[in-house]
Amino acid sequence: MMQRTMNMTNSDLETTGRTSDPMSEVTSFRGLETRSVHAWFGKHHALAGVSLRFPERTVTGLIGPSGCGKSTFIRLLNRMHEFIPSAAMAGSVLLNGSDIYDPSEDPAMIRLKVGMVFQKPNPFPAMSIRENVLAGIKLAHLKRDNHDDIVEQCLTRAGLWKEVKDRLDASGGSLSGGQQQRLCIARSLAVEPQVLLMDEPCSALDPGSTLRIEETIKELAEKITVIIVTHNMQQASRVSDFCAFFLTDGGPGYLVEADSTRKMFTNPSDPRTADYVQGKFG
Amino acid sequence: MTTVETPAPREMTVIYSRADRVFRGIVTAGALTSLILLGLIASFLVYRSSGIFREFGLKFITGTEWFSDSFREVGDEARPDSSVFSIGPMIVGSVVVATIAMLIAVPLSIGGALYIEFYAPRSIYRVLVAMLDLAAAIPSLIFGLWGIEIFTAFGVRWATFLNDRLGFLPIFSVEFENFGRSPFVAGCVLASLVVPITTSVAREVYSRTPRDLIDTCYALGGSKWGAIRSVVMPYGRSGVIAGAMLGLGRALGETVAIYLMLNLVFKYSYQILDSTGGNVASMIALKFGEATDREISALIAAGLVLFIITLIVNMVASNIVQRTTPRS
Ligand SMILES: Nc1ncnc2c1ncn2[C@@H]1O[C@H](COP(=O)(O)OP(=O)(O)OP(=O)(O)O)[C@@H](O)[C@H]1O
Ligand SMILES: [Mg+2]
Repeated sequence: MMQRTMNMTNSDLETTGRTSDPMSEVTSFRGLETRSVHAWFGKHHALAGVSLRFPERTVTGLIGPSGCGKSTFIRLLNRMHEFIPSAAMAGSVLLNGSDIYDPSEDPAMIRLKVGMVFQKPNPFPAMSIRENVLAGIKLAHLKRDNHDDIVEQCLTRAGLWKEVKDRLDASGGSLSGGQQQRLCIARSLAVEPQVLLMDEPCSALDPGSTLRIEETIKELAEKITVIIVTHNMQQASRVSDFCAFFLTDGGPGYLVEADSTRKMFTNPSDPRTADYVQGKFG
Repeated sequence: MTTVETPAPREMTVIYSRADRVFRGIVTAGALTSLILLGLIASFLVYRSSGIFREFGLKFITGTEWFSDSFREVGDEARPDSSVFSIGPMIVGSVVVATIAMLIAVPLSIGGALYIEFYAPRSIYRVLVAMLDLAAAIPSLIFGLWGIEIFTAFGVRWATFLNDRLGFLPIFSVEFENFGRSPFVAGCVLASLVVPITTSVAREVYSRTPRDLIDTCYALGGSKWGAIRSVVMPYGRSGVIAGAMLGLGRALGETVAIYLMLNLVFKYSYQILDSTGGNVASMIALKFGEATDREISALIAAGLVLFIITLIVNMVASNIVQRTTPRS
């Protein structure tokens, strides 16, 4: 296994060179694909040999007990992993067939295509709702002149427009937790990602807000690919088309199996999956 | 029809445990002590200087003359005291030098803090932080000596440059081309005194920016500079202002460095490259040694004025800090 070395300090955005990858032949698969990816934190091998496909315009749920590497995996998908000092990875991640870890790729451009919503709602303080939605456009220096349309569109897609259309200049912090998380979704949508990663986006929210965000996710999947980490089995079964089950036996986390959500919840091939989705451990 | 009577609110009592009561007593005593000390200092200053204020009134603050009639004490007691005390130019001098220092120090500190926190290689990070704290503890006398012995040569070159290029502006014009002991050069030295504290505070507040918010900037396709501009700097703004105010406090009250660097001249001057200047604190230090009784009262009055200026600056600062703290 060739270990890719990435920047070793979090004060360095630029990635350093890596060894060439024998597996990066071009495919015609549309969507996101990982080929036996590994992740390390220093000497700690956190994730081993995960190969998965996320077809375009589907929702995939990542499930598994705490510490099995779901967050690590998801952060590999938009090159956020490399911000952690001494973090390293191996394998390849292909977006529509091209390797996002290719040295010719600009990580910032990758992150524009593969957006991310975090666990805790985190609108930018000191910015209004409107400014929050447009923050990505400013950060990535995108040329757009229909800002008002973008704000309305993204807030609508995130299911927040009706509630905030009369107070777009209010601070993002003045919203409720659920509204803040939908604002964060709207913010990621503004830069038109093809894939949206969500790491336990509802774990800090009440059941009502959670359902609203699940609605939003289903609507988003009409246009983009969604990958969501969740500890809530009902949420996984409600919202996802596919599920991937991760596990760790003390060593690095690995993928147990991945299949359609229906099969994973009714008739999985691995008995551990059945036990986990029925709440027998984890 | 039944009416429900609104009950009177019940009294609620809180019973503190013994440990709570003891701790409360200790911290209350501590807080009171510092308040009482401050009060005592203020009343001492007011008491000792009230005669001066009664005699000179507002003139003490606006006037431009300081003359101590010291011969009278040596026997000529029948002659009326012809002393005149006023500190106008010293107040202006304090403000001018402190302003120059802050204009130089604040951008340097922000840049330095951002560099250390976000760009410096991890291997030298700790060293830089430790050096900064060390620099903040160096006595100002050392800075003053450094200023005279070493920095003045550079400062004069910069001053000459400013005078050459911008001499047509009144503040950069000079009567004599003798830049060595000018408020500008003194302000530069003062800035070097302020930078360590301000940088240290700024770095601390920048380092508290939630990692989540910075990550979000990256996840939106932003660069490091983008993250710094849209998250780190707004998030740290109020803390940086507070740090700058700490520095300003030091700059306004700085005695020794100014004492060494500037010729005290009792003349209003806004020409920052001219070799006239001074500030209240260094004036007090300069005059105290050989002062007559009345002059000492006048010096204490000057101290009171400085005390009040510092108090006002601090109040304005905490006001700004409160208004610029982002609510989330
Ligand atoms: N920044 C880090 N530095 C070092 N080790 C880390 C770091 N982040 C995660 N790890 C390790 O990597 C492994 C996987 O962690 P990860 O956060 O990906 O798990 P997870 O599946 O997301 O767990 P959870 O469900 O609790 O969020 C763990 O053993 C963890 O200790
Ligand atoms: Mg996690």
